Amino acid sequence: MSERPHLVVIGNGMAGCRAVEEILARDAGKFRITIFGAEPRVNYNRIMLSPLLAGEKSFEDIVINGHDWYDKNGIELVAGDSVTAIDRVAKTIAAKSGRIESYDKLLIATGSDPFIIPVPGKDLPGVISFRDMDDVGAMLEAANRGGDAVVIGGGLLGLEAAHGLSLRNMKVTVIHLMPTLMERQLDEAAGWLLKDALEGRGQTILTGADTAEIYGEGKVEGIRLKDGREIPASIVVMAVGIRPATALAKEAGLAIGRGIHVDDNMVTSDPDILAVGECVEHDGNVYGLVAPLWDMCRSLADGLVAEPKGYRGSVTSTKLKVAGLDVFSAGDFSGGEGCEDIVLRDATRGVYKRVIVKGDKVVGAVLYGDTADGNWYFDLLKKQEDVSDIRDALIFGQAFAGGGASANPIDAVAALSDDAEICGCNGVSKGQVMACISGGAGSLDAVRSGCKASASCGSCTGLVENLLKLAGHDEERPVKPMCKCTSFTHEDVRKAIVEKELRVIPQVMQALSWSTPDGCSSCRPALNYYLLCAWPESHVDDMQSRFVNERMHANIQKDGTYSVVPRMWGGVTTPDELRAIADACDKYKARMVKVTGGQRLDIFGIKKEDLPAIWADLNAAGMVSGHAYGKALRTVKTCVGSEWCRFGTQDSTGLGIKTEQMTWGSWMPHKFKIAVSGCPRNCAEATIKDFGVICVDSGYELHIGGNGGIHLRGTDLLCKVATEQEALDYCAAFIQLYREEARYLDRTAPWVERVGLEYVKTRIVDDGEGRAELARRFHHAQSFLQKDPWAERAAGSEAHLHQHIAEIRPFAVVGGAA
Amino acid sequence: MIAEWLDIGPVDQLPALGARTLPVQGGEEIAIFRTANGQVYALINKCPHKHGPLSQGIVHDTTVTCPLHNWRISLLTGEALGEDKGCVPVIPVKIDGGSILIGRREALQGMA
Repeated sequence: MSERPHLVVIGNGMAGCRAVEEILARDAGKFRITIFGAEPRVNYNRIMLSPLLAGEKSFEDIVINGHDWYDKNGIELVAGDSVTAIDRVAKTIAAKSGRIESYDKLLIATGSDPFIIPVPGKDLPGVISFRDMDDVGAMLEAANRGGDAVVIGGGLLGLEAAHGLSLRNMKVTVIHLMPTLMERQLDEAAGWLLKDALEGRGQTILTGADTAEIYGEGKVEGIRLKDGREIPASIVVMAVGIRPATALAKEAGLAIGRGIHVDDNMVTSDPDILAVGECVEHDGNVYGLVAPLWDMCRSLADGLVAEPKGYRGSVTSTKLKVAGLDVFSAGDFSGGEGCEDIVLRDATRGVYKRVIVKGDKVVGAVLYGDTADGNWYFDLLKKQEDVSDIRDALIFGQAFAGGGASANPIDAVAALSDDAEICGCNGVSKGQVMACISGGAGSLDAVRSGCKASASCGSCTGLVENLLKLAGHDEERPVKPMCKCTSFTHEDVRKAIVEKELRVIPQVMQALSWSTPDGCSSCRPALNYYLLCAWPESHVDDMQSRFVNERMHANIQKDGTYSVVPRMWGGVTTPDELRAIADACDKYKARMVKVTGGQRLDIFGIKKEDLPAIWADLNAAGMVSGHAYGKALRTVKTCVGSEWCRFGTQDSTGLGIKTEQMTWGSWMPHKFKIAVSGCPRNCAEATIKDFGVICVDSGYELHIGGNGGIHLRGTDLLCKVATEQEALDYCAAFIQLYREEARYLDRTAPWVERVGLEYVKTRIVDDGEGRAELARRFHHAQSFLQKDPWAERAAGSEAHLHQHIAEIRPFAVVGGAA
Repeated sequence: MIAEWLDIGPVDQLPALGARTLPVQGGEEIAIFRTANGQVYALINKCPHKHGPLSQGIVHDTTVTCPLHNWRISLLTGEALGEDKGCVPVIPVKIDGGSILIGRREALQGMA
């Protein structure tokens, strides 16, 4: 028996063994060492479990220290026997086998435990975590039987498990609670790209999905989500996260926070007990990555056997290949005060880069698809280097911005060789662009039509603009871009959505090289509308990209309450409807009821929390939402027409009702109003509406582009038709043309003025087939979108939007009693 | 002992790029925001301009655009951005183990 002090290590994993290696490197003779490991095997590289599962490596390949290492250094390995208690007074530990070992110094390196979400069925056979060799064994066994697998957790670990199981020919569904994958490492845009790529490889990814239960008779048969969906599975891998394994330390009375508290030398609240790795909390931080662990082990060894240098925490970066896709993140990418985002999106290459700069220093970076410069950005971040000189070219990476290359983007494009590719989509070289410019193309648009450069995805727009500047053309684009997040116009964006079949907002932002991570309050509502217009059958509305009125399906008023307008078809109501409205006004304490200019009743002063209830009451009386809050068809105003009026020529009320029943619920670039007047006296004021009908003896005059708003504009006469049906058909076609071609937030008046009345006539009046086709597209969209949003909400959809998250009652808190 | 931080429930109740409200009995309602990256911030739910409910605005990056008159407010400092001038109180907030914690003292400030 040696006289050397005895160092006992609890944990035979990456941290425990690395710490021992560091100690041995400084003074191999200082301690007699015993390592306890819960697993019956030698020290292996846990982060290589994924390649093991994927079949790319064998266990031998991932062993860090084999038996010879323990033998050579005189270390006793107690494998397959977990430590169950620490006696700090006697300075002993007890193992599961009953073995008692005394220590002089104790090192706790228990790592972390997989977090198991407490849902029913979590203990069923076939539910496994992804943490050690035994888990991998269980997954391989399941994969051999084939079938479906569900992975709960779309973080790094979950995606690696999913990738491995896919490669083992299982059909894999990933369930992720958050809206985007790997949200702790990646921003929304990169997370979305990752999802898209994984789905392209055959996995099913369900984000925003909350597991309610794991079901099965005697073993796992599938999972059920809170929204009711069921996904069959023969195994369920739970990879939702890890938490520091602190139970042993806690039992021994050591100071614990989220992890075991340690000082800068990794010493716990007991001077003879140290701790290292994922189980510790240092200066408020808990780490789940490997790099900090190496730093900690060095500080621990320095403090224990050499000159203490002290651990100061780690700045972490994550560079990984998820299912063969390159991903990198470092530092703080959440943005914030004084932070500037520099974003590069190259849709063709599938590359997304975002560098966050604050006060001339890099504070964070997210890279997707091309991570070659990850280390360079991380280096700039760690060294806190001033990047103001290279800022303009920073996003292009080290080769471009660093290493003496010119910092001026104009000089940089000047330095490119003539055969350097400028536009990847169309294969246009610098020489071709310059030839196009010297051939007379003096603007971006001219270059686009002349040689196609930047005419597709547009990500090279900046380069082309710099080439224009280089050639002496330094003028502003005549057409304004959609907003400050893009260089594209509304028309460019709409065209790209259809041509490239872009389906969701992040996809548009990626394909068109948006310069901000998640857009702004101006472009997001527009994009949401453009997508809805282009793909009515499949568009999933992005609630957070809608203005509050549309999100709440009610009008916000200056005091923060809402007003509610039920639909009154063609302005006609009944005693029953009036009674229901009166009852609702009483019940929800409406502060005012007002007749609107559009012949309806507006109920004011309703609290956000009460909205679903008042809608349910109005629905029950047969009324639906009037969309008085929406960029949508609002109302169809009518006069009484031939049924009552002595001058009336046609049934204007009836036509108004038919028109409203055809058009209600349709979303538009802006609010849209219709009126039908029964005679040229025009009591329904049809000549200041977006679409107006004036009934005359011989038929119906159709008017367009009127506006009673800030700039009063009378309508233009579109044409005259003979029948009600024609009036309806022309109305549908006109609406669809406006929906497809106007810019978001343009009402029909400025739109008609911009494109010209003649243009609208060519499309609607002269071109019968085109008109029918427009009308067909309108009705197609209506078949999906003509839904009462009140009914959906009253039935409980998005109920959380109307409820407070919690409430603070000061007395209950202060006194500790209710 | 009175806790410094109040636990107001799990963070996944907050919609990404959205907000929820937290009434304070006898005090000012608080709006809790969540950004695209999952960062959580809290402000008094009143625009410094005309007291619009900021919780109902569109969240982008680390700002919220007030639903009443489109003022942009920083979620970090509560300051109006751009040409506008004004500031709304910021309530300290942090995430611990998936729960949202808000600063008790600041939340109760200004209460009768």
